[in-house]
Amino acid sequence: MRRATGEPKAVRALLIALALGWLGLVILLPLLMVFRQAFAHGLHAFAAAVADPDALSAIRLTLLIAALVVPFNLVFGVAAAWLVAKHDFRGRSLLVSFIDLPFSISPVVAGLMYVLLFGSQGWFGPWLMAHGVRILFAVPGMFLATALVTFPYVARELIPLMTAQGRAEEEAAVTLGASGFQTFWHVTLPNIRWGLLYGVLLTNARAMGEFGAVSVVSGHIRGVTNTMPLEVEALYNEYDFTGAFAVASLLACLGLLTLAAKAFLEWRHRDAIAAAGH
Amino acid sequence: MTITIDNVAKHFGTSAALNGVSLAVEDRAFVALLGPSGSGKTTLLRIIAGLETADSGHILFGGEDVTDRPAKDRGIGFVFQHYALFRHMTVADNIAFGLKVMKWRQRPSRKAIAARVEELLTLVRLPGLGGRYPAQLSGGQRQRVALARALARDPSILLLDEPFGALDAKVRRELRGALREIHDRVGLTSIFVTHDREEAFALADKVAILSDGRIEQYDTPPAIEAQPASEFVREFVQ
Repeated sequence: MRRATGEPKAVRALLIALALGWLGLVILLPLLMVFRQAFAHGLHAFAAAVADPDALSAIRLTLLIAALVVPFNLVFGVAAAWLVAKHDFRGRSLLVSFIDLPFSISPVVAGLMYVLLFGSQGWFGPWLMAHGVRILFAVPGMFLATALVTFPYVARELIPLMTAQGRAEEEAAVTLGASGFQTFWHVTLPNIRWGLLYGVLLTNARAMGEFGAVSVVSGHIRGVTNTMPLEVEALYNEYDFTGAFAVASLLACLGLLTLAAKAFLEWRHRDAIAAAGH
Repeated sequence: MTITIDNVAKHFGTSAALNGVSLAVEDRAFVALLGPSGSGKTTLLRIIAGLETADSGHILFGGEDVTDRPAKDRGIGFVFQHYALFRHMTVADNIAFGLKVMKWRQRPSRKAIAARVEELLTLVRLPGLGGRYPAQLSGGQRQRVALARALARDPSILLLDEPFGALDAKVRRELRGALREIHDRVGLTSIFVTHDREEAFALADKVAILSDGRIEQYDTPPAIEAQPASEFVREFVQ
């Protein structure tokens, strides 16, 4: 018997082929080419390119910024989502718009905003300079730019989830004598942990890959303020294709690792996920 | 414990949910708040629980003013229409929650908590289901767990918001009987919200009939049937 939503076999096959073909053409093939180029001159050239001091410095800086940005946006993303989904207050929709802002403005503009604030011609520039605090062309500025661009990922992942879950369980916890923190820790947090994990992994992947905003505030000092994406561009512009693709392939690997970690965790906790119903 | 509601008013935006409601509930009484949807009965219950705050008026438990006391310190049990069980916890952990969040000085030992959970599971006729998750239970079973959870800390006041609203007729009747029995055995003062006239009259000692944020009549079921206070009550109870 044909189900109400059943399509003819040929249509299904065609749709699957289209989806897979498109996926292969725009994602899989380019990804493979990156690795092919990276190893085009053999393992030796790849190893030499990756072991280059500037490349190593870029890897360290990328990991450092991701390690700073992810916890920061984890805390603020959860706080923002909790506020928006579980409370009614004046200016709630305004806050939601602000959370979305980094999605809608170009990362380059985001970077420029920090230049206008902290640059030598900017609002705080002269004061910072007088007190010897470096924000622009240093880690603090790159942290701020990356944090801004990746801010919505955790909050955006959690808001629909927390809104759908409603407030009933929190209200039940409160009538049972739980404090605000106990309610959050024992009831809210366990209910959102999978959404939260996904948001964190997206934030991490995006933080490591961010180019535009970081490019504006980093100053492109090789071996000092170049992150992996900036290093890739620098090497590419110098026609060092092996070096560029070697670093690029590492960056891609970090992203793939993130995805693999997510898949692994989902597999490990598949029973808990099924029981939680999402 | 007596519950006194003194001239409570509540507005949502410009529309009034409650227009100066007063009600005196005697110790160990079983009272129904009955009314059509939008009459303010759930809002009143949530104000008694501390889940909403009144714009004006007072709530007293046993003569003591609790108007400004947060919900967590009111020492009430609350049962929600859609159970509101913690979905990531087992039945036993759900029931134990109220005990586990107590300050460590007052908190019973692990053993005492486990014993209390077993006792409550027996009380609501669900022995042996402590290890299940809420998703593995039927609606009637879930509401029984919610009831056990609400009773864990020995509240003297039990508030129930349409407790049978999401259940089918047969389960509803069973659970009604069980609730009345538990109310009498534990010695609770209970208030439950319903829009079902038959349910209110069958179960409650006294029924408060609400309409448009006002109490139209508050009396025993026979008295209301014999002498409806207004045209609205006459039509509603027919």
